[in-house]
Amino acid sequence: MKKVVPIGPYHPLQEEPEFFKLQVEGEKVVGLEINIGYNHRGHEYISPTMTWDQVTFLVERICGICSNSHPFAYVCAVEDCAKIEVPERAEYIRTIVDELQRIHSHFLWVGLAGHFLGYNTVWMWFWRYREPLLDLLESITGNRNHYAMMKIGGVRRDIKDEDIPAIEKTLNLLEEKTALFTRAVLDDPVIRARLENVGFLRTEDAIAYGVLGPTARGSGVAIDVRKDHPNAAYGWIPWDMIVFDECDLFAKAKVRLLECLESVKMIRECLKRMKPGEICAEVHEIPPGEGIGHIEAPRGEVFHYIRSDGSNMPVRHKVRAPSYMNVASNVAAVKGCTIADAVLVLASVDPCYCCTERVMVVEDHKKIGDGNYLIQLSQKRTETLAKRFGDPESRLRTFI
Amino acid sequence: MSGVSNRSFEREEFEKRFPEAKITERSSRRVYVDVDRAQISEVAAFLFKEHGIRFAIATGTDTRNGFEILYHFAHDARGVMYSVRIFVPKEDPKVISLGSWLPAARWIEREMHELLGIDFEGHPNLKPLLTAEDWPRDRHPLRRGE
Repeated sequence: MKKVVPIGPYHPLQEEPEFFKLQVEGEKVVGLEINIGYNHRGHEYISPTMTWDQVTFLVERICGICSNSHPFAYVCAVEDCAKIEVPERAEYIRTIVDELQRIHSHFLWVGLAGHFLGYNTVWMWFWRYREPLLDLLESITGNRNHYAMMKIGGVRRDIKDEDIPAIEKTLNLLEEKTALFTRAVLDDPVIRARLENVGFLRTEDAIAYGVLGPTARGSGVAIDVRKDHPNAAYGWIPWDMIVFDECDLFAKAKVRLLECLESVKMIRECLKRMKPGEICAEVHEIPPGEGIGHIEAPRGEVFHYIRSDGSNMPVRHKVRAPSYMNVASNVAAVKGCTIADAVLVLASVDPCYCCTERVMVVEDHKKIGDGNYLIQLSQKRTETLAKRFGDPESRLRTFI
Repeated sequence: MSGVSNRSFEREEFEKRFPEAKITERSSRRVYVDVDRAQISEVAAFLFKEHGIRFAIATGTDTRNGFEILYHFAHDARGVMYSVRIFVPKEDPKVISLGSWLPAARWIEREMHELLGIDFEGHPNLKPLLTAEDWPRDRHPLRRGE
């Protein structure tokens, strides 16, 4: 008999609150229906009522985690339309802020994934070292989140030379800890047992659904806007794209963890190459025309399209966040999983996952599970596996 | 044609297949193509199926002359963004759906359907995506004057 396990609908942290209706037969997931739009804020409607500079702050509020990505893509779109040359130093600063944001976003995801697995040590570790990173972002930009660094033609703040030793110190700490944690997480037999061969998103499906970012790169689709359509300093500095073709959850986790190390490398390179100079070009009027800006956010490509009629406001502004494509692909990835694994599969595309707090299992209009039901289910499964492999927490502790 | 960068996609092949299409290269990384709305499915199949160009998203706009849909295709191997533009008259807002064979286009077509009131023929599930369940189906928030 088919039952429906509703997850959602309200999703307080993410920009697109989601409602997943898992259709299950016993323990097995046979179908998925996704409803979005519960917190539609009408950014595309509001944007043409604001001036070009104001829209930068509007789009910054689309997402709190990747709050640098949307303004970055937006200013790229306006610069594409108005053919503005951005000074070299500004391009390096943009790259540095964007990569710092990527590390913090990936740390956030790994921490949450650890929590869902029942590995609270992983959660505490990653979030412990996310703090110095947020402090670093605060010292560079003035804010822990919503950095307000992007500006049409350049950046708003410079990175001072006297701040660079502090940045390097934090980078060294992050590199050391990320390398250590990555080894600890990837070598752990219980984590491997939970993530390997679970939640397959086949390469064909990944291409057909147009998935982006680590979700695509874990499924063997080698796309990265930073490499393929380089903007800012990404075309000038050496770095490697991380791609795995196992198509399972473990591959996606590996992509995110190894990307953090790659980001540290990129920031170091930018700091080394940065020369004194202007940080913002002079911008006059935005001519009539249209422009596209797309950049690689932590979750994949953020896409902005703007159209100008020569006035001080856009006439059309289209925004496409990466989750729009990635979340839709869950329909393909979740089929055949158990409910306990579905929790991880739905989280693997990196939506914010507090929607699990709202889970209810309904059977004949009677509530049989609520609140932490799914998390408990997932953690219980890890416990079972842990018994088979020995105590996971103690095994992890040996790495510290 | 002079000034065509070597980054441009298989332009000759494209022009041969779709002689009426108007190709504009705004820069080496941005190409805009105007086609007739009846051809959109073939053009999309040419780009996506034959040349493996990723479907990024579509932009629907209400303009003075009718609806305008831009289908953005990202050619990741060459670093070029192709935007295929079609015009849809307001009195007959119908377009052939890409979602019938391209899952990536399903959500955006549902979105354009509810926000602009464009019908996508052959779409497997043209339910509203973003608006509330009790939102009147004949009101389209991104249409001018509504």
